[in-house]
Parts: sequence; C-alpha cells; structure tokens
Amino acid sequence: MKYYDKLIFELSKEGRRGYTLPENRLKQYSMEELPASLKREKELMLPEVSEFDVVRHYTNVSNKNFGVDTGFYPLGSCTMKYNPKLNEEMAALPAFTSLHPLQPEDTVQGALELYYRFAHALAEVSGLAEFTLNPFAGAHGELTGLMVMRQYHIQRGDLKRTKVIVPNSAHGTNPASAAVCGLEIVEVKSKENGRIDVEDLKPLLDDTIAGIMMTNPNTLGLFETEILEIAQLVHACGGLLYYDGANLNPLLGKCRPGDMGFDIMHINVHKTFSTPHGGGGPGSGPVGVAPALVDYLPNPHVKKRADGVFYVENGDKASGSVSGFLGNFGVMVRGYTYILSLGKENIKMVGPLATLNANYIKESLKEEYYLPIEDICKHEFVFDGLADKSTGVTTLDIAKRLLDYGYHAPTIYFPLLFHQSIMIEPTETESIETLDEFIHVMKVVAQEAKDDPESVRTAPHTTPVRRLDETTAAKHPILSYRDLLKEV
Amino acid sequence: MSTVVEGLRYAESHEWVKVEGEYAYVGITDYAQNALGNIVYVDMPEVDDEVKKDEEFGAVESVKAASDLISPVSGVVVEINEKLEDAPELLNEDAFGNWIMKVKLSDIAEVDTLLDAKAYEAICE
Repeated sequence: MKYYDKLIFELSKEGRRGYTLPENRLKQYSMEELPASLKREKELMLPEVSEFDVVRHYTNVSNKNFGVDTGFYPLGSCTMKYNPKLNEEMAALPAFTSLHPLQPEDTVQGALELYYRFAHALAEVSGLAEFTLNPFAGAHGELTGLMVMRQYHIQRGDLKRTKVIVPNSAHGTNPASAAVCGLEIVEVKSKENGRIDVEDLKPLLDDTIAGIMMTNPNTLGLFETEILEIAQLVHACGGLLYYDGANLNPLLGKCRPGDMGFDIMHINVHKTFSTPHGGGGPGSGPVGVAPALVDYLPNPHVKKRADGVFYVENGDKASGSVSGFLGNFGVMVRGYTYILSLGKENIKMVGPLATLNANYIKESLKEEYYLPIEDICKHEFVFDGLADKSTGVTTLDIAKRLLDYGYHAPTIYFPLLFHQSIMIEPTETESIETLDEFIHVMKVVAQEAKDDPESVRTAPHTTPVRRLDETTAAKHPILSYRDLLKEV
Repeated sequence: MSTVVEGLRYAESHEWVKVEGEYAYVGITDYAQNALGNIVYVDMPEVDDEVKKDEEFGAVESVKAASDLISPVSGVVVEINEKLEDAPELLNEDAFGNWIMKVKLSDIAEVDTLLDAKAYEAICE
C-alpha cells in the first residue's frame, strides 16, 4: 500500500478552483443587510483545490480504510456482517433518492408503504405490536424507548418510578441512555455463570422501579436462561422490560423478545439487517413496543387507511418527536431489501449460523486463550486474555498484532467483567475457510507471545502508523486544521 | 507487578486510605492504576462535599474505560489534589504518592473495617 498522510488543506494552492458557479442572480442583495450577529468575523479557511486533487486525495485516503468489504471484522457486539450490494442498488433508485421530506403525501405513497411494511416486518420478527422507525441509531433508540417507558408511568399518574435496573454486564449505552432520560441507575450483579443473579435482583424490585434494561443474549454472548422468571418478577412490581437489540442477530427466526416478556425494544438495523456502520454510514434504531404502549411511540406515525392509502399522523399521547421527519430513510430501504431477499425461510438460518460460527472459533481457541465461562455461546463470546499469563502480553498487544495479519481487531476491554476481555463475533456471513484462517492466526499470535513477546508488545509493524499516543490524544486532541497550525 | 504499601488501609474496590488524626487521605492503589492503563482524567468531588463509605465520590477515566471511585470512608471533603486536574497521569506514575481527596472523618471507627496491606495483597492475587 502506498503511504499517504496528507490533509486536503496541505494540497491547497491559492486561486485553484474545482468548480464554476452560475451567474449571481441576486445582485440587488447586499451583504450590508445582514445583521451583525450573523456576519463572519474571521476569514473562512477552505482548501483551494482542483476536482482532480479532491478525487485523488480521497481515493488515497479511502485506500487506507478497513471495512467488512476488505477483510474479516470480528468486532464483538457490532455484528459486522456482509452488507449485500442489492441493498445499495435499491437505496440508490432515483424514486427514493430524489424524494423530499416535505412532499405531499399522495406523491410519496411508495416511500410511506416501505416504512409501513418494514415496521410491520420488524414487529413480526420481534413479537411486538408496533414500531417507530424514526430514531437515527441504537443509542437514540434506547433513549426513545426509555422515554416511552417514562411516558407510560407518567400517563398512569405513577410518578415515583424513577429507577432503571441495569446489569453490570450491560452495554455502556444503557446506563448512559437512562441517565439522559432523567432516570436513576441501579446495578444488578451477574452470577458465576455470567447470567443475571435473580437473587440479587429480587430485593431491588419495588414501586420506584420504572423498568429493567437487558440484552439477551447478554454481552458475554450467553442466553439469559432465567428470562421468563425475571420478566414475571419485574412485571409483578409494576416495571417494564426493555430489550437492547444490539444482540438480536442470533435470535432471528428462532425466538422473539416479545415472547420472552419484553415490552419495549430497539433494533440496530445497521447490525442485524445488514446496513453499513462503524464510520461507514448512518444508523437506524427503530423502537418497538407491546400493545399497551403503542400510543406513546414518538411522532410522527405512518398509518394505512382502509382503502390502502398511507398517511402521516401525529398523536397527542406520544413521547414528543425524536427526529426531523421519519428517520434515516435510506437505511430503511436497505434493511427492508435484506428482509425481502432472505425471506421468511432463510431469515431463520441467520441466528443458528451466527451461533455456529462463534462456537466454532471459541472451541478452536480455548487452549490458547482463557475462556472464563465454559458454555455454549450465541453469536459472540469473550476470552479473558491469553491462557498463559506469564508472557506479559496483554489483550491490547494481541489486538494490535492482528492488524499486522490483515484483520480488524476484536472488541477489547469490554465487557468490564474481566480485566483482559477479547470479544469476538464472526457473524453468519463468513465461510469456514475465513474462520479457519483467523483461528490459525490467533494461534500463531499466542505462540509468538511465548517465543518472541517483544514482537507482539511492539505491534503493529506493518500499518501506516504504529502505536499512537492515546493519552495525549485524549487529553490534548487536535481536531481541526486551524488547531494544527497553532501547534506548529 | 503492582506494589502494596504497609501501614495504609485498603478497600476491596482498590482505594487506599491514610489516616492523619481526624483526617484521611484517599487515593487509588497501584493495582488499580495498572489495571486501568493510562489515566487521562480524574473526576474529583468538590471541597465541602459530603462523602459516604461505599458510595461513589468521583471517577477515573483511562484510555480503556471510566471507573467510579468508591469512598472507603465517610466524612466531608476538605481538600482535593488539584495537581491531578492538569496531570492525571501522576496516578500512573505513583499511585500511593498522589492522593485524590482529603476527608474530615465523621466516624474514625470505619477505618478499622478496611483491609490491611496483607489482606489487600491477598485479594489482588
């Protein structure tokens, strides 16, 4: 790979242009009329480059990218499955791309129908009554779902429910979303086997509990086998169950959060339903609810009249509005295409294959890497560093060394239950050859840690940059070219 | 390997306590700084804040994760280590030499419930 580390600003040459503007038709408009508060005080600094400069620059920069189209991407909790190109083809249809959100309803019937059908398909796979597709991402969906939870209690006049229970294995976004929603977080512990400790949960349940947020399978990739009892206990105290859809992939077509007793959930369309993410594209975090909560979903709603005409409606019980218009529509087109192209029959194979792939890697590597909980996992699993702790090689070193072998690093140091977590999620779309190659490389790295620990500790050796100074980056970030100029 | 200092008292959540008269200095242990990795920010309480034993009094943020600081004693904060505001990495350099807060103890007997160096060393193994 060619080494390239220029910034577009560094290519700038005074007076160089990549555009020609049409004649200014607003000649009578004078800048003097602008209020002083809107006038720029400093000169605007923009790069002056030709179209060719721009194309070459961004092509070179994009060549440094690593994505699921480049190689294996075992990033746990992120479900980096292959994103079929058919999704892109559908989303690029001019009938979709040229729409404007303020067009009259009768001119966008197709788009509204897609929204309506996709929402219904999601309701079917998750066992809930109705979905809003408006939230822009997973964490946004969490916040929306918790707003629905709050609204439900408030509308019943039950104002003392201000606490949300979150397991200590939870995704960091769960307590963060609850805090943003103005709720207090109560932690429930995990047992030795990685599941929620029901005995630890029981004393927490009283009339101040708004609900519990759970991921199932949890962040260790383990199915919460006591979910039915947990659901019964939480409902008995008057609380609701929130399902974090980040780990929905292994359940697809096998079981449904709604049937387990969950009342509210979000889905990460960009994970489970194969749309680009991880710096590669916008997300979408639809929120689904049980029948009793449908009215509290945020505005606007897409509805269908008896004569088949679709329309947009705002309800007065809704938890406000969480996005301009109807969310990230392009992501919905991709997710809906994925559901239709798999169909009812094939969507059932997603979960079992994702589970098989994860267990295959886990069983193949448990000699070399320490597996803290011996169990059948679902779509992902967690090692706690190398089995041989005497080498001094840490999880960070292993992750960096994998880059030399052309892999994206797994998720590391999460979940926080272990000190040296390595969280691997292969997804269902990888072949056995890819899995075998990865297993081989992981074994090679474990051997290197014994024979030549220094080479692992100083990895990566072949990437454009080596180990970055993370402390300085966190404490003293340089986020713009203007800031960079001040430094030199 | 991480070190433990004799004469200090310890909490299972990896804070140390040094008692001087009716005051106590509180910091994080060498084991804690080692597990956290490079520390980039210390969220400290304010002077006059009340702290309670076993309750959160701040947080330490490293390049790996943010972790709550759990107070091993109860009392009122009389001083915080302002040096950590600009140089949080001091905790990595010398965890026992850089306290985080100084507390006027409300119940000095609480200190006796904490671990001694030997007992703390045992739980770090």
